[in-house]
Amino acid sequence: MTDTQAVIAGARSDRKANVYAMIDQLFTDFFELHGDQIASDDPAIVAGLAKLADRPIAVIATQKGNNLEDRMATHFGSPEPAGYRKSLRVMRLAEKLNFPIITLVNTPGAYPGADAEAAGQGQMIAKNISEMLKLRVPILTLIVGEAGSGGALALACSDQIWMLENSMYSVLSPEGFASIMWKDAHLADKAAELMRLTPDWLLKQHAIHRIIPERMLTDGSLKTALTSAIGELCQQDSATRLAKRAAFFRKF
Amino acid sequence: MLFGEHVKRFSSRSVPKLKRDQAKVPSGIWQECPHCHAGFYFKKAGQYRVCPECGYGFRVTARRRLKMLTKHFDEWDSDLETRNPTEFPDYQRKIKKAQSATHLKDGVLTGKALIDDYPVALGIMDPLFIMGSLGTANGERLTRLFEKATEQQLPVIVLTASGGARMQEGIYSLMQMAKISQAVNDHGKAGLAYISVIMDPTTGGVTASFASQADVTLAEPKALYGFTGKRVIEQTINKQLPNDFQSVENGYQRGLIDEIVPREQLAQRLSQLLSILEAKKWGEMT
Ligand SMILES: [Zn+2]
Repeated sequence: MTDTQAVIAGARSDRKANVYAMIDQLFTDFFELHGDQIASDDPAIVAGLAKLADRPIAVIATQKGNNLEDRMATHFGSPEPAGYRKSLRVMRLAEKLNFPIITLVNTPGAYPGADAEAAGQGQMIAKNISEMLKLRVPILTLIVGEAGSGGALALACSDQIWMLENSMYSVLSPEGFASIMWKDAHLADKAAELMRLTPDWLLKQHAIHRIIPERMLTDGSLKTALTSAIGELCQQDSATRLAKRAAFFRKF
Repeated sequence: MLFGEHVKRFSSRSVPKLKRDQAKVPSGIWQECPHCHAGFYFKKAGQYRVCPECGYGFRVTARRRLKMLTKHFDEWDSDLETRNPTEFPDYQRKIKKAQSATHLKDGVLTGKALIDDYPVALGIMDPLFIMGSLGTANGERLTRLFEKATEQQLPVIVLTASGGARMQEGIYSLMQMAKISQAVNDHGKAGLAYISVIMDPTTGGVTASFASQADVTLAEPKALYGFTGKRVIEQTINKQLPNDFQSVENGYQRGLIDEIVPREQLAQRLSQLLSILEAKKWGEMT
């Protein structure tokens, strides 16, 4: 197994499939909000209000699920337009209440379904990216496992973008890449090597801010790190934060 | 919306019975749940007035609903009363009757309340005051609820129950939707939270305004939540609709409701939400 393959295996590990467990580890008093207030409640996006170190926070996460039934319902963690509407709704609530936002990302990408397409998948992602870049509250993203394409970026236009040691972030999934480049999804391994989707390379490109060792998930130190990072972001005024956020994306 | 139409959700057989049940009933009487049609002795619904079979919360007066939620309440604007702006015939007599049935001047109870230790601005609509229909007096009272909450920096909780616009007040009734909505907007601009709790029935102009403008929308089990009356839709599209059409359970599936909360758990659930909303912010020193 190459280093890249090891990272991908770790990113796709079943251990990371249930985001509720991770929410319980990091936050207290999670009050889940359901639905897009228009048409649907997408289980692939889990969102709500909670506390981090006794301070209020909004949490938005992608969910894959631990069993086949959940994974079918979430399309293996691939949100539909309603999921992005739910996400946007909770981000706007955070803005209104002046709560910082933490997003936990583990998605191969937005769901590539015909209904999703007809319901404006691309337009919803566009809207979320645009709105997220304007939010005055601090936003921190932790890429937990997979982060593929615009479907992931729609949750990651943030002030701080962190990746777990075994996670991946790329323009699309290796399977999708192989299928587009060589019309053969089975060449995913070859694609993955070329795609440069590992945290260490991305950090060198300044495409992310920080790599989090996996052990920090279990030994409690991730919670401490999140608390101090959010605290630091809150020390800055919103104009400074927004200028830094804009500069981060401008450099590409 | 014609508020009368929404009552027809229940079979015609149960409507007169339901109305009878809503009046003062001596304890021990046999009662039928308008939702699941289970029959049981009145007392079995307990202090929270909930169907022992399906969990449906019976329609009760706002004053009674308040007692199920909190003991700490300072009432606001209790004297607001309609002036019959359209000079609708026989309206004042109807108002008097509703007033004596509900001990309210019009169809909403508002004031400052404590949920656990959290101060909130609380509104409870009364489904037994001309079907909780929205008129000038309860519309004004709700508007002032949001305005006072903005001044006093309080979150707002409104328990909604309404057949929709008050037909007797015509255009004045319609205008309440915009008037209350702008007070909701101003409250929101101040960064304050608004929680609505959908009770049975929440329909028409109330659904199409403040009931659906909250940051967090909770609901009582089996409550009806919709805009157009079921019968009107059926007649328009020439098709029978299922019984759970416009149920909050259905609304939850369709992304309209954040959580369905049994009546006896509402105070606790609100307190848990308020503990987040009122937690010390990040910028504040310890
Ligand atoms: Zn029942």
